[in-house]
Amino acid sequence: MSLTNTTIQEKLVEKFGDQVFQFSTDSGILSFEAPAAQNLKVIQFLYDDLGFTFLTDLCGVNYPDQTGAEIVVVYHLHNFVQNIRVRLSIAVPVTQPDVFTASKIFESANWMERETYDFFGVNFIGHPNLKRILNVDEMDYFPLRKEFPLEDQTRIDKDDEMFGRG
Amino acid sequence: MEAHHNIILPEGSIEKTTTTLNLGPTHPATHGVFQNIMEIDGERVVSTEQSVGFIHRAFEKLAERRNLYQITPITDRLNYCSSPINNMGWHITCERFLKVEIPKRVDYLRIIIMELARISDHLICNSIVGVDTGAYTGFLYVMQYRELIYEIYEEVCGSRLTTNIGRIGGFERNFSNTAFTKLEKFLNEYPKVLKEFESLFTRNRIFMERTQGTGGISAERAMSYGFTGPNLRAAGVDYDVRVANPYSSYQDINFTVPVGSTGDNYDRFLVRNAEMWQSISIIKQAYEKVQSFKGTEAEIFHADVPEYYLPKKEDVYNNMEALIWHFKIIMGEVELPKGQIYSAVEGGNGELGFYLISDGGRTPFRLHFRRPCFIYYQAYPELITGGMLSDAVVTMSSLNLIAGELDA
Repeated sequence: MSLTNTTIQEKLVEKFGDQVFQFSTDSGILSFEAPAAQNLKVIQFLYDDLGFTFLTDLCGVNYPDQTGAEIVVVYHLHNFVQNIRVRLSIAVPVTQPDVFTASKIFESANWMERETYDFFGVNFIGHPNLKRILNVDEMDYFPLRKEFPLEDQTRIDKDDEMFGRG
Repeated sequence: MEAHHNIILPEGSIEKTTTTLNLGPTHPATHGVFQNIMEIDGERVVSTEQSVGFIHRAFEKLAERRNLYQITPITDRLNYCSSPINNMGWHITCERFLKVEIPKRVDYLRIIIMELARISDHLICNSIVGVDTGAYTGFLYVMQYRELIYEIYEEVCGSRLTTNIGRIGGFERNFSNTAFTKLEKFLNEYPKVLKEFESLFTRNRIFMERTQGTGGISAERAMSYGFTGPNLRAAGVDYDVRVANPYSSYQDINFTVPVGSTGDNYDRFLVRNAEMWQSISIIKQAYEKVQSFKGTEAEIFHADVPEYYLPKKEDVYNNMEALIWHFKIIMGEVELPKGQIYSAVEGGNGELGFYLISDGGRTPFRLHFRRPCFIYYQAYPELITGGMLSDAVVTMSSLNLIAGELDA
């Protein structure tokens, strides 16, 4: 049978009840949330039963104002046969950003999770090689978190001298 | 045997039968900034670990303080072999997010530019595969024709490599007659060249022996590794964003999606070549459609979006409203709507996605680039382990890894 956003939502609610929530349709893609403890169960269900066998994208988002759910991990999954996508969000507190790794289901999650760890400090439990990927290993902060400042465009300490033209 | 009794060697060094080799970060054979720490046994690769991030420029963080139009030059620097596709991908994302209706003529002009970019991207990749198998001629020969493509870009937007082509809503100016003449010249000359390029390689015994059966991957593994684009299609999965989620009126164009079967270097080469033929046909169809517009319709090169599309200079000087919009756009004082969007285009390497989250501010709250290279480069150890070192080099170039896209 063909899947639509409505049937996907029905099947998810039938299987997980109130463990999946916040359904919405942004720009045609069904978005929903699940608790961090359930993420693998939900993804496995989407993979096995609904045919979402392709992990398009995995990234982090930091909402500093959402107390207790500051870090959000977003999965974009794609069902190639039915050509439909879903977006799953997992929110975790910044004090304990623990999420189970999806790298056992999708090989591609490996580096995308490393990237998310690198920029947001999400601790992917069970990840085979959770270390920084794009930034230097010595870095001791997570630069895409909102607390890490953007460069002040009016700064004056970056004068020519620093670039050897003084 | 009493050998070595007078030489003091570190513990375990005799037992170690493999050699550690650092391939990269800068090495002529890697065509970009890639480091691989390989364990090799003779010439056979036992294991490898890639390290990436040498040219990481924090694009996602930069984008958080830029207005939409200021992000276009960032996208240039992702896959710099096909910058126009990245630019268009970003414009299309913005337009979908802002719900801007784009005129058909603009769509077809965009298709022309994007397919030219795809040709130049695939041309570089395939000719570099030739270079790595020892055939330099093809590379030098086709460079002239990439030059023709770059001249068309130059005519349309003024630059060649990092193009910053187009604007949100359309193009910065209409295509000149010279641009169309150059396009016609390209369409006339290029098919012969591509044919000759193919006859140099496709049935070349040496080339076939070097590329067949090396760097292969099955469709299941390719999907698990998140392959997209020609690399996935070479493994036999006919997924193409232009067909699955058409953008820029690709649904009006007839073309086929070439697929391979074994996913090896040879299939990737064939798929890219076949895609170039398809691109030529797509450009011809789109050009025909562009020519079919008559009268004032033939002059349309942008949509009517005063909030994002800069007014004409003479209007800015003579018209108060245009001056206000000009100022608001340049200073970035246009608030975005709240919401989020994931929008993808078929880049040179695969699905190039933009995940934009807006909280109603003037800049994106978060912008994530789905870079196809970054995702499929993970599979590299699996593709080359057990093979020869020289095949590993060919595999790297046939994956079309572009450091700019990988590191973002």
